[in-house]
Amino acid sequence: MMRAREILVAAVAAAAILLLTLAVPWLRFVFTIAIAKGITVLGILVLLRAGQVSFGHALYLSFGAYIVAFAAPFCPEALLLLPLAALGATLLGLVIGLFVSRYRDIFFGMLNLALSMVFYSTLEKFYSITHGTDGIRLARTTFLGMTLTPETQAWTALGLALLLAAVFAILVRIYLESPMGHGLSAIKTREARLEFMGISAQRVLLAAYVLSAFMAGCGGFIVAMATRQVTPSLAYWTASGELVFIAILGGTGSVLGPFLGAIAYELTRVYAAALFAEGWQMILGAVLLLVILFAPGGLWSILRRMARQRVGRDARP
Amino acid sequence: MSWFSDNGLLLGLATLDGLSYAAAIFMVAVGLNLIFGVLRVLNIAHGSFYAIGGYSAASLGLMFAARGLPAWAAFAALAIAAAIVGVLLGPPIARLLRRTQHQEPVLQLLVTFGLFMILEDLQKLIWGVQPIVFDRPLKLLGNVDVPFAGDLIPFTRYQLFVLPGIAIVTLVALAWTLRRTLFGRMLVAVTVDREAAISQGIDADRITMVTFTIGTALAALGGALSSATASLVPGVGAQTIVLSFAVVATAGLGQVEGAAITALLIGLGRSTAIYFAPELEVVIPYLIMVGVLLIRPQGLFGVIETRRI
Repeated sequence: MMRAREILVAAVAAAAILLLTLAVPWLRFVFTIAIAKGITVLGILVLLRAGQVSFGHALYLSFGAYIVAFAAPFCPEALLLLPLAALGATLLGLVIGLFVSRYRDIFFGMLNLALSMVFYSTLEKFYSITHGTDGIRLARTTFLGMTLTPETQAWTALGLALLLAAVFAILVRIYLESPMGHGLSAIKTREARLEFMGISAQRVLLAAYVLSAFMAGCGGFIVAMATRQVTPSLAYWTASGELVFIAILGGTGSVLGPFLGAIAYELTRVYAAALFAEGWQMILGAVLLLVILFAPGGLWSILRRMARQRVGRDARP
Repeated sequence: MSWFSDNGLLLGLATLDGLSYAAAIFMVAVGLNLIFGVLRVLNIAHGSFYAIGGYSAASLGLMFAARGLPAWAAFAALAIAAAIVGVLLGPPIARLLRRTQHQEPVLQLLVTFGLFMILEDLQKLIWGVQPIVFDRPLKLLGNVDVPFAGDLIPFTRYQLFVLPGIAIVTLVALAWTLRRTLFGRMLVAVTVDREAAISQGIDADRITMVTFTIGTALAALGGALSSATASLVPGVGAQTIVLSFAVVATAGLGQVEGAAITALLIGLGRSTAIYFAPELEVVIPYLIMVGVLLIRPQGLFGVIETRRI
C-alpha cells in the first residue's frame, strides 16, 4: 500500500518536473541542482537511520564534481565521467569511512566536518592546480559520442539526474528494508545489542557510509554538468550543513523526503533571493526553525498526514 | 643551528602571533564547551556570536571616538559590546534550545544551524559586506620590542599583553568558579547529570540560561578583542565556529583547562604554518584534530563516558 503510493507520488512528481521544465525554462537548472542534492541527501538519510549526522558530505559531492572537471578534457564522454566520479567518491569514502566509522555522534560529525574543510582549503590554496576560488570551467562533454551544446548538456544533466534519482531511491528503499538497513536502526537505539549478536556495528556503518559517498559522487557529477563550473565553495562546511538541512526539511521517513526537501529548499531559495536579496539565508533559517518546532517529521510527514485525513474522510459513510 | 639563526625572527613572530591568536579562539571554544555541557548540543550559531561581538565592538568604539570620549573608552567599548551581545542574544536563544531539548539530537543541532543562517544575514543587514576596521585599541598601546633568540621583534603591546592577559584571567576565573562557588558546583552538577541535579533542588533551567549567556558573552568578547587585530568581513563567524569545533573536539568535551592548552597548540600550529608553509594555514588545525582523535578518540583531555541508557 505504502509502496504503491510512493511509486505513484514519485512518478507524478517526475512528470510534473518535466512538464514544468518545458513550460518554465529557468526551472530546469533549479530542478537539476535540487535532484542532484536530493541524491546526495539520500546518503545523509541512510546515515541518519544510524543516528549519525555527517557535517561534511559536501566533500564527496565536490570531489565527484572536481573529478568531472579534471577528467573532462581527456575523457569528454558523460557516460564515462559519471562512473569515474562515482568511483572516485566511493574510494575516498572507503578510505575516510574506515577511519570515521569508529566514531559516533559529535565526533563522527566533527571528523567529517574537519576532513571536508581540509579538502576545501586544498582546493582553495593550490591555485596552480585548482585555480583557487575561481574554480574550473568544465570542458565540452559528449553524450554517446555526440558533442553537447550548453542546451543539450542541461537536458542531459536533468535526464540523468531523474534516472539516477529513481534508481537510487529504489536501491535505498530496498537497502533500508534489508538486514543491513535494520542494523543501522540498531546502531541508533542500542549498538551494544548488535555487537552481542556478533554483528560488527562499525562494518554496518561503514557500508552505509560508502554508499552515501557513492551517491554523493553521482550528485557531484550532475552538479558539474549542470553548472559547468566547479568551485571550492561546493566543499565548504555550510554546503554540508545545507544537505543535512534538506534531509530534515524533507523528512527522513521516506526515500522521497530528500527530493521533496531539495526541491522545496531550492525553490524557497530562488524566491527568497528574488524577494529579499540580502536576506534569503535568514528566510531559509526561519523555515528550518519552523519545521523543527512544528513539523519535526519534515514535509513528507505533513503530506502523509494530509493524505491520511483525506482517506479517513472518504472512508466515512 | 644555521636554520635557526636564519629563521629565528620568523619563529619568534610565529610564536607571538600564535599566542594572541590562541587567546581569541580559547574565548570562543571555552564558551562553546560550557554550553555543550549544559545543553548537550554543539551550538553552530556560536561563531555568529563571535562575529556579532566583533562588529558591535567596532561600531561602539567608533561611536565613542566620534563623540570625543577619552582613549580608554575604546577598551570599555570592547567589554560593553560583549556584555550587550551576551544579554541580548543569550537568553532568547537558550530558551529556544530548551524548547527543542526533548527532540532528537540531530534536530537540536539543526536548530542551531538555522539560527546560524539567521544571524549571518542579520549581521550582513546591519553592518553590510564591506570590511570594517577598528584598530584604535591596538594603536593606543603602541609597540614593544620583544627579545627573542638574540633578535628584537617589534610587536604590539595589545596582542602581547591584553589578549593573552584577558584569556588567562578568563581561564582562572572560570576554573575558580566551577570549583569553588555554589553556582559553579551547580553548573557542574547539571552538566554531569541533569535529572539528578534537579532532584537535588537545583534550578537546571536557570543554570542553563545563565551558562548560555556567559558562553555567548565570552564568544562576543573573543570577537570584540580580535576586532582590533583583524578587519571584520562576512564569513568570519563561519570560519571561527569550525575552528572552535576543532579546539573542543581535540581537547575533549567538557574540558576548560584542556581547551586552553589545545587552543594554544592549534594557535601556535596555525601561526607557524602562516610563516613557513602558508598553503597549510587553514588545514593545520584540522590535521591536529584528526591526528589527536586517531590516537585518543575521546580527545586529549576527555574522559571516556559510559553511555547512559
